[in-house]
Amino acid sequence: MKQLDIDLVRKDFPILGRRVHEKPLIYLDNAATSQKPTAVIDALRDYYTQSNANIHRGVHLLSEEATAAYENVREISRDFLGASESREIVFVRGTTEAINLVAQAYARPRLQAGDEILISHMEHHSNIVPWQILCQQTGALLRVAPITDEGELDIAGFEQLLGPKTKFVSLVHVSNALGTINPVKSLVAKAKAQGVPVLLDGAQAAPHIAIDVQDIDCDFYTLSGHKVYGPTGIGVLYGRESLLEEMEPYQGGGEMILSVSFEKTTYNKIPHKFEAGTPNIAGTVGLGAALQYVNLMGIDSIAAHEHELLTYATEQVQQVPGIKIIGTAREKAGVLSFVLDGVHPHDVGTILDQEGIAVRTGHHCAQPVMDRFGIPATTRASFAVYNTRAEIDRLMAALDRVRDIFS
Amino acid sequence: MSDLRELYQEVILDHTKRPRNFGPLEEATGRANGANPLCGDVIAVYLEVVGDTVKNIRFAGAGCAISTASASLMTETLKGKTIEEAQVIFDCFHDTVTSSPDTEVDLAGLGKLAVLAGVREFPMRVKCASLAWHTMRAALDGENDTVTTE
Ligand SMILES: Cc1ncc(COP(=O)(O)O)c(C=O)c1O
Repeated sequence: MKQLDIDLVRKDFPILGRRVHEKPLIYLDNAATSQKPTAVIDALRDYYTQSNANIHRGVHLLSEEATAAYENVREISRDFLGASESREIVFVRGTTEAINLVAQAYARPRLQAGDEILISHMEHHSNIVPWQILCQQTGALLRVAPITDEGELDIAGFEQLLGPKTKFVSLVHVSNALGTINPVKSLVAKAKAQGVPVLLDGAQAAPHIAIDVQDIDCDFYTLSGHKVYGPTGIGVLYGRESLLEEMEPYQGGGEMILSVSFEKTTYNKIPHKFEAGTPNIAGTVGLGAALQYVNLMGIDSIAAHEHELLTYATEQVQQVPGIKIIGTAREKAGVLSFVLDGVHPHDVGTILDQEGIAVRTGHHCAQPVMDRFGIPATTRASFAVYNTRAEIDRLMAALDRVRDIFS
Repeated sequence: MSDLRELYQEVILDHTKRPRNFGPLEEATGRANGANPLCGDVIAVYLEVVGDTVKNIRFAGAGCAISTASASLMTETLKGKTIEEAQVIFDCFHDTVTSSPDTEVDLAGLGKLAVLAGVREFPMRVKCASLAWHTMRAALDGENDTVTTE
């Protein structure tokens, strides 16, 4: 594993040169969305200045180039996720759309009243609400596996809920609110032992840990391009080929059909069956550049750097009087959520912003997590490859200032 | 930095730490709930209106420093005012916090509430300052739905 030169890495991200309230920007809101390297920005520009055309339809050169670029990213994504076939890669807007797709096109026709869908207490709203909608549509019931005070999944609780009525399991791989890395391989094995298909929400995992869907043996896996250094509006759904084949289309329109007449329409093959309409071609090209950028640095090198930052930041934050870290799982990715006695996270966020430090404050689209810990909100610092120890030192100084103002 | 001190003035911090008129009001003739879905702040405002006068007003809930202080200062300001006066103060307050930072405002007319004018410099925080006020108005109007800042 190679050691990254973070000063060099930072040069790849033009936005890091900007100032915020006359201070150098310190961007610690990476779990919301990451910044974009020049490689991605250039890929978008090159696509629009050189190859822009609609795909899979024209006979002209630009269409051919655009189609090749688009399909090439399918191959890059397949490799990134460790899938065996590129037709198992469906392009979507992001994790949210991927989960909705699976809920509607896979689960909905297979569920009956009284069947159960099992999720956990640490899910992002996007892995709760699509299932609630599905429950309303089918009469199925949502079951929620508990989490511990440390923010780890309660495995025994999960096993208890995984029963004969469970027809689908959908779990987050890495929690955005707590940073917890779930032991997905063994969780999937437990579900598989009962013949239950599993979706993993990899929105927060993709930027931070190596993923191998074949090794994990999950049936569906999702990622959002914008959290892994790519553009917004593009993401990936991996689906096991046999399941994708069985599924109904998600949306109807162009691209997802082979032939259309008023009497009979034949759907296209997978994955195109799930990609109705003109897709986000430029975004897909940008996603390809982002994944290649990650590959170039090495996901293990990125993970090692972020882990070091997390360890350092955790040590430092623990020394601040009145601070409590929310989410202290043994296995964690680069997320540090905390509450400060007597100061609402919103006020923390405003004061840090004045110091040029961008953090997220609020419920992080995971209100049940907040309820579980009996708090309305947290302040969350989340790390990416370009963050440094010096930035964490400045975060600590800014937290001193918060305490000073509220003392 | 001066902006921050302006936002978190002593008066505001004092009202945050020791909110006035805090807790439910048994004799309430009107109440409303307010929520800021963005940050999870929730508030309830209780009014006791006798004739056309706000005889008593209290609030409960949990929020950030700005929303708590704004609610606390609001209750102090409106207690004893007529409904018409409360309406005028609401408008004046609302115009101030939503105005652009470089326009002149009549701080004198706001009295104690002038300390909240600093939120103008912080567009993301204006909703925090105005939540209690919208909720108070809903309570006056006898609306039952939860008011949200969205
Ligand atoms: C764990 C997790 N799941 C799902 C999502 C939703 O991703 P997106 O908004 O890109 O669809 C997010 C991002 O906020 C997330 O952190």
